[in-house]
Amino acid sequence: MSADISLRKGLSIPLKGEAKKDLKTSKTSDNFTIYPDDFHGIVPKMLVKEGEKVSLGQPVFFSKTNPEMQFVSPVSGTLSKIVRGAKRRILEIQLKSDGKDKAVKHKIPALDKLSDADVKSHLLASGCWPFIKQRPYDIIANPESNPKGIFISGFSTAPLAADVAFVLQDQQEDFQNGINVLATLAPKVHLSVSADDNSFLSSVNGVEIQRIKGIHPAGNVGVQVHHIDPVNAGETAWVVNPEDVANIGRFFTSGVFDQQKTVAVVGPVVTNPSYYKTRIGAAIAPLLEDVGISASGQVRIINGDALSGATTHADGSVGFYNNTLTVLAEGNHFRMFGWLPFAGSKIFSMSRTSLSWLLPKRTYALDTNMNGEERALVVTGEMEQVLPMDIFPMQLLKECMVQNIEKMEGLGIYEVAPEDFALVDYASTSKIEAQAIIREALDLMIKEVG
Amino acid sequence: MKLRERIDAIKKPFGKGQKFERFAPAVNAFDTFLFVPNHTTHKGAHIRDGVDLKRTMVTVIIALLPAFIYGVYNTGYQYFIQSGIAFTFWDALLHGAVKIMPMVAVSYGVGLAIEFAFAVYRGHEVNEGYLVTGLLIPMIMPVDIPLWMVGLSVAFAVLIAKEAFGGTGMNILNPALTARAFAFFAYPTYMSGNKVWVSEASNVDGISGETVLGSLAAGNDVSYSMFDMFVGAIPGSIAETSTLWVLVGAAILILTGVGSWRIMVGGVLGAAATAFLFNLWGANALMSFDWMNHLIVGGFAFGIVFMATDPVSAAQTTKGKWIYGILVGLFCMLIRVFNPAYPEGVMLAILLMNVFAPTIDHYVVEGNIKRRKKRLNATLTPAS
Repeated sequence: MSADISLRKGLSIPLKGEAKKDLKTSKTSDNFTIYPDDFHGIVPKMLVKEGEKVSLGQPVFFSKTNPEMQFVSPVSGTLSKIVRGAKRRILEIQLKSDGKDKAVKHKIPALDKLSDADVKSHLLASGCWPFIKQRPYDIIANPESNPKGIFISGFSTAPLAADVAFVLQDQQEDFQNGINVLATLAPKVHLSVSADDNSFLSSVNGVEIQRIKGIHPAGNVGVQVHHIDPVNAGETAWVVNPEDVANIGRFFTSGVFDQQKTVAVVGPVVTNPSYYKTRIGAAIAPLLEDVGISASGQVRIINGDALSGATTHADGSVGFYNNTLTVLAEGNHFRMFGWLPFAGSKIFSMSRTSLSWLLPKRTYALDTNMNGEERALVVTGEMEQVLPMDIFPMQLLKECMVQNIEKMEGLGIYEVAPEDFALVDYASTSKIEAQAIIREALDLMIKEVG
Repeated sequence: MKLRERIDAIKKPFGKGQKFERFAPAVNAFDTFLFVPNHTTHKGAHIRDGVDLKRTMVTVIIALLPAFIYGVYNTGYQYFIQSGIAFTFWDALLHGAVKIMPMVAVSYGVGLAIEFAFAVYRGHEVNEGYLVTGLLIPMIMPVDIPLWMVGLSVAFAVLIAKEAFGGTGMNILNPALTARAFAFFAYPTYMSGNKVWVSEASNVDGISGETVLGSLAAGNDVSYSMFDMFVGAIPGSIAETSTLWVLVGAAILILTGVGSWRIMVGGVLGAAATAFLFNLWGANALMSFDWMNHLIVGGFAFGIVFMATDPVSAAQTTKGKWIYGILVGLFCMLIRVFNPAYPEGVMLAILLMNVFAPTIDHYVVEGNIKRRKKRLNATLTPAS
């Protein structure tokens, strides 16, 4: 089938350890954790104290700036511990399951009887709202804003990322229901599918389907928004992950927010990469055990993909947004003369200064070594090569570093999210931290422009 | 891992909070030369490309080596041929090496000393950029230039052209060309004329050290064949003469993706087109010098492949690289043809375009900003 949008730029990193497409079940753990850090910029106000009982779907905290926005428990049981960091910032909210799955049930009339304001308030009260994020700023959507459209990426291109159609295979109806719910909130719902898609996604109703051809980051929803209907200053676009659309759909039909997550446990050190059905906040230890990762090993466990996921640990839990759990070997070792050109072709390189480009079919067991040290920006053109957007990445990053707001606006800061710059992190010869620079710049924009 | 443990022991007094902490960048420079450090990612992408600045710079050095080695040989070859002494390949190479290796040593010695000092002073790691600059500088000098002039030019280039602007990545002008320009204007008798381009030409009467462009500017005929000029068996700056080996370097740079092919192709197009137009005009010897020959004599090939492509001082946007490359080629021919005082134009052409590269980029980037503004205005004014 032909593509509506063809993207030439980008980089497909052939990381070893892709998940086999079979859905497994693992032992379940009683331990659940909510990480407020999953919700960038939200200051949590607790509603439940340590030791108190909670039900599945019961609000645990709300946003300080927007009290309507509730964040709910993924399990019924007790809130066992609130872990705080510096300045009493809440790092973790730990919950212990009682195994009963007593759930808060919302009474929701049929969708055609709901006004869009009703839909909004149900989403906010149920704890589903945080699924909806926005451009600009890559934060939870402001319920007051009027989005120009809701965008859903129906395929992922990040290294080893979970396959969307596979994740949704038994949630097709829920996905369609979720789309119907979201359609009440915005003039248009856009669903992007890969150009060669022949799954049910291509026949979803009530959406504008765009067929997109390209390698990573073509599957990033922000890149898609940029090409379908770019965000101008003052506009907003909302974005939702596919499985979260299904979660929303299920909530509106059953009245229970059951917080399902299908997670692909992947990575070069995973002996048995597979998909697991689990729940937001569920401990990942049983999954790791099932794929053959011992907690004691020298590994890095990442909630998300290897490019833009968040570091967690063996006692951590499934994050709110991610369908991928990546495990990499830590790279804290020295490599003698590792900088020599054409040496070390076991490390995949975009530049042809290693011989890896001669072996296009090979997959790589990459680790977390920086493969060099941070240096001044010297090489040009490599950032442009991995960002398929009409944006000058190096110029934008430089303006972000000097906090020139007017120039940042002009160069397209409203259209980018840190994840869109993940490949810049990867490909940078000077080892600059592009994602961190963009995140800081976006936070500055929130503060200065709002 | 014995060696590693010994290095760690040596580095101990330079660690955080230790006595010699501020000299750590100097020690790290040697350590990271031996070992890629064990640093792991702590924010952003968890995996990183195998390439780093060291590898990039060393790739450029590899690309320079064919031209460099031929330059060493040609130095001896020109000397023996002109003085009529019988010689072998190895004699020529040895003669060249004796002349050139001290220049390389001085260039690296002076340049790296300044780089290390600034790294310690500013508290950042030593950047690898000078590895390339340090080899380039002797390659573009005449062979008989006194070593102290090499040292002084290096010091001027690194201090004024680079560190004064903030160090690696911040300089406006290409440091190696700045060194040459400094020597060119400060010591013109050692840098131009017909007595400096062949080893010992100023001491031995029988040797004429005139370059092709020099004799053309003086209105003389050229006795070298096109083949000589292409292979590089002609007098000139040490490593600039051989278009053949420069092309090998260009192939390495383009194949590895380290050098910008857009600048190279743009430069060749700009120069060829300009020289072709001059051919049609043909008012003087340099104008009617065949446009193909213009591309293979003098420092044009060397300059466009190794100097114009310096990513820091060149234009940085894709469109800008084309414009920059074409203009370097154009100005190189203009200077060659219209200014008899400077028969070689590539140095000045590149330095001139270095100065204008930020302006080119500015307009390219401004185009993007304007496009975005236009898009915004289109949404604000309802379609009529």
